[in-house]
Amino acid sequence: MEALRQRARELLAAGTVQAVLGYAAGSEPDRARPCFVRTAAEADGLIWNEHCRQNLATYLQKPEVRALGRLALVARRSTLRALLQLAAENQLADGRVVALFVADDGAVTELPTLAAIEELVARLPRGLSDADRQELDRIAALPLGERQAYWAGEFARCIKCYACRAACPLCYCARCITEANQPQWIPVSSDPLGNLEWNIARAMHLAGRCVDCGSCSDACPEGIRLDLLNHVLAEEARTQFGAEPGYSVRKDYALASFKPDDKQEYIR
Amino acid sequence: MTEQRILSRQNLGPLFERLAADGRRILAPVRHGDRVGFERVTRPDEVALDYVQTRTSAKSAVFPPYEPLLQFALQGKDVQVAEPAPDAAPTVLFGVHPCDAASFATLEAVFTWDTPDLPFESKRANLTIIGLSCTQGDAYCFCTSVGGGPGDPRGSDILLTPIGATHFLAEILTERGQAVARLAGELLEPHRGNGKDAALAQIPPRFDARQLGAKLPALFNHPAAWQEQALRCLGCGACAFVCPTCSCFDITDERDRYHGVRLRCWDSCGLALFTLHASGHNPRTKQSERWRQRVMHKFAYQPERLGVLGCVGCGRCSRACPVDMNLAQHAQQLAETAV
Amino acid sequence: MSTIAAPAAPARRSLYTPYRMRIAKVTDEAPAVKTFRLEFVDPADAAAFDFKAGQFGEYSVYGEGESTFCIASPPTRKGYIECTFRQVGRVTSALADRDEGDIIGFRGPYGNIFPIEQWHGKNLLFIAGGIALPPMRCVIWNCLDLRDRYKDVTIVYGARTVADLVYKHELAEWDARPDVNLYTTVDPGGQTPDWKGRVGFVPTVVEQVGPSAADTIAIVCGPPIMIKLTLPVLTKLGFQPENIFTTLENRMKCGVGKCGRCNVGKLYVCKDGPVFTFAQLRDLPAEY
Repeated sequence: MEALRQRARELLAAGTVQAVLGYAAGSEPDRARPCFVRTAAEADGLIWNEHCRQNLATYLQKPEVRALGRLALVARRSTLRALLQLAAENQLADGRVVALFVADDGAVTELPTLAAIEELVARLPRGLSDADRQELDRIAALPLGERQAYWAGEFARCIKCYACRAACPLCYCARCITEANQPQWIPVSSDPLGNLEWNIARAMHLAGRCVDCGSCSDACPEGIRLDLLNHVLAEEARTQFGAEPGYSVRKDYALASFKPDDKQEYIR
Repeated sequence: MTEQRILSRQNLGPLFERLAADGRRILAPVRHGDRVGFERVTRPDEVALDYVQTRTSAKSAVFPPYEPLLQFALQGKDVQVAEPAPDAAPTVLFGVHPCDAASFATLEAVFTWDTPDLPFESKRANLTIIGLSCTQGDAYCFCTSVGGGPGDPRGSDILLTPIGATHFLAEILTERGQAVARLAGELLEPHRGNGKDAALAQIPPRFDARQLGAKLPALFNHPAAWQEQALRCLGCGACAFVCPTCSCFDITDERDRYHGVRLRCWDSCGLALFTLHASGHNPRTKQSERWRQRVMHKFAYQPERLGVLGCVGCGRCSRACPVDMNLAQHAQQLAETAV
Repeated sequence: MSTIAAPAAPARRSLYTPYRMRIAKVTDEAPAVKTFRLEFVDPADAAAFDFKAGQFGEYSVYGEGESTFCIASPPTRKGYIECTFRQVGRVTSALADRDEGDIIGFRGPYGNIFPIEQWHGKNLLFIAGGIALPPMRCVIWNCLDLRDRYKDVTIVYGARTVADLVYKHELAEWDARPDVNLYTTVDPGGQTPDWKGRVGFVPTVVEQVGPSAADTIAIVCGPPIMIKLTLPVLTKLGFQPENIFTTLENRMKCGVGKCGRCNVGKLYVCKDGPVFTFAQLRDLPAEY
């Protein structure tokens, strides 16, 4: 933690960045909250623990945050992947943010360029945590009817507050499909059909783009495991198209590229 | 005049049966893992009586996440318009905590001032509230800062307070409560003089909502009051949607070739599109302005305009917020800010 | 011609159930701008209906939604109401697709009124920009229909281009009247070769016209930027904020102070407005 604070102080003191987006102590011991450190003295408030979960790359799209100037971003693996995917989607210019990657042992790596992020992410272990993998395998092993019932039950609790969308670093559309009303693609009600269509539409729009940060399900007031749904689609995209988002700034993710040898069987 | 009775826990089953026999459905807190929510129940063993707070509030009983205001049968340009049949099923909301019970006064103020709102009124008129005092709270509870309390009877028709492991003190507070008491008959036993206060949770007050409300207009343009707090706000609707008193809504039509419906759906002043004009002009462009609106509306505007506070201190918004906005903490800071 | 069956009469009618209105006349005003003349299908509704200048309503296409516009015709013209709208979104597009004889919904009237009875014996100065003339047209005709109760009537109306001016026939009618001073203007570059009005922005034209503030009520409606630049001109001319009126166009859904959308400060624009003086607006947060 001290390494992180020290690095933040140096970046601010040197004027390399105007603000450091990190985490501060939350209102309870089991929480952390995003914070915006503007002076070296404020860096004392930065913390790092397992509760620092909200993907801070989400804030890069907010005008109020952009107005702060050049930023450093306290990052875990999924934050770095979000930065690369945003760059691949032309949403982030190289050098606009300095990533401060914090490893499990607390060591901080300063990553001033996208190339540096690419290089580091490539060396990180991939895949889900054991607990998430177990839960995903459990759901995947359910017979189709039960699996359908599981997700129907989860989506039944959705209240369409759109916290999943607001917390997601890749949900940056100025006008979301759910707000398009000419025509109204997605039913507005949070009834079974409206919830199903909203959650599937969001999952499909993130297929091959989701970077597995879990901010969506952390944000869901009903605790729906949207992260697992997104991960299934990520695995599907990787299997079908060989693309894994958030490892490269190249614009080669499945939804944005076409190759003559792409699988076509799903179009019938 | 409040009547006090004793209700044995083992008499809950017969009470539920008599309510059902009277044609009433029962909504009560049900636990699923670490989550508690209001659902329709038939037996007391389905009900979680030891919960601190449900994820979403009980407002759905009178103001559901979506409801039809009108239904249309469409044939080309020919239309038949119908008002949906009012929801006439008498409902007992069982086991809501005093904060939720108090929230109905705020909802009533909004939906009945000046122009009565029939979809709301038809549900409210059929609702009887059997509250449950809190014997435990958590760090997010702040009912005592907003004029409530863990044993506050306001809003309940009958308020139950656990006495030991086997009984409830039952305070019969209103005519609707009396009606349930008549159904309960001998299930409600004479009061034996047990004290209520000893059973209640301790929720220390953190600020005074009335003093805060009086001060807020002077803080409207205070630079330190809003911007730093709102910088981390993601602008989602979670706080408003889990809030028992937030009542902003949207009206939208949906249709297929032959049917249409005019729907009312929950909405939130925290969402960027809420106030967007058709011209593209938006009166509240910044998230700090939208967060300020939420706080001002609850603690200053509604008290002044409708005579009710827009907050009951249930703490749901703060539990649900993905970035720990914590309304009580911010309200406390505002209350302590020098103007 | 379409038919719309009356809803089964419930004990009390929901506030959300609209009146059924027949489109009696469609007028193309400007590109994507139309005026509908609406008549009540049910004579009982027509008999019970009453409104005053400044009020608004929710106009709806069944299955497409509701949209908020002022009532653009004056209460002195009985038996119908008119609305003028620009085709922008889903509802206004659906409305624009309706023809004469079609049935649409209307609920209202909502909101407060222009206190025109308190203006008796005064000069009236109307200043409008673009699509903001409709709310003012209601007041203008109301006062012109009761012409002897008011002194000088001056109208300054501007739009971006000549094509964007609405109510062109009525502008000609007002122009021809000796008891109305009409100044029309278009933004620089918006004029046509045969344009006989002025060229320049509305605030500039107001300054050129230089109406006296003595015994005069000013009514200003237009886009936020026009209002912002016109107010200093009026102040310079000596107008007091309590003698300058406007009508706010906040986003609305319910129209009756419940949905929360038009809440500004402790006020609901749909209930406490849409008509405000600038003295009132000075005390409100600038969230409109």
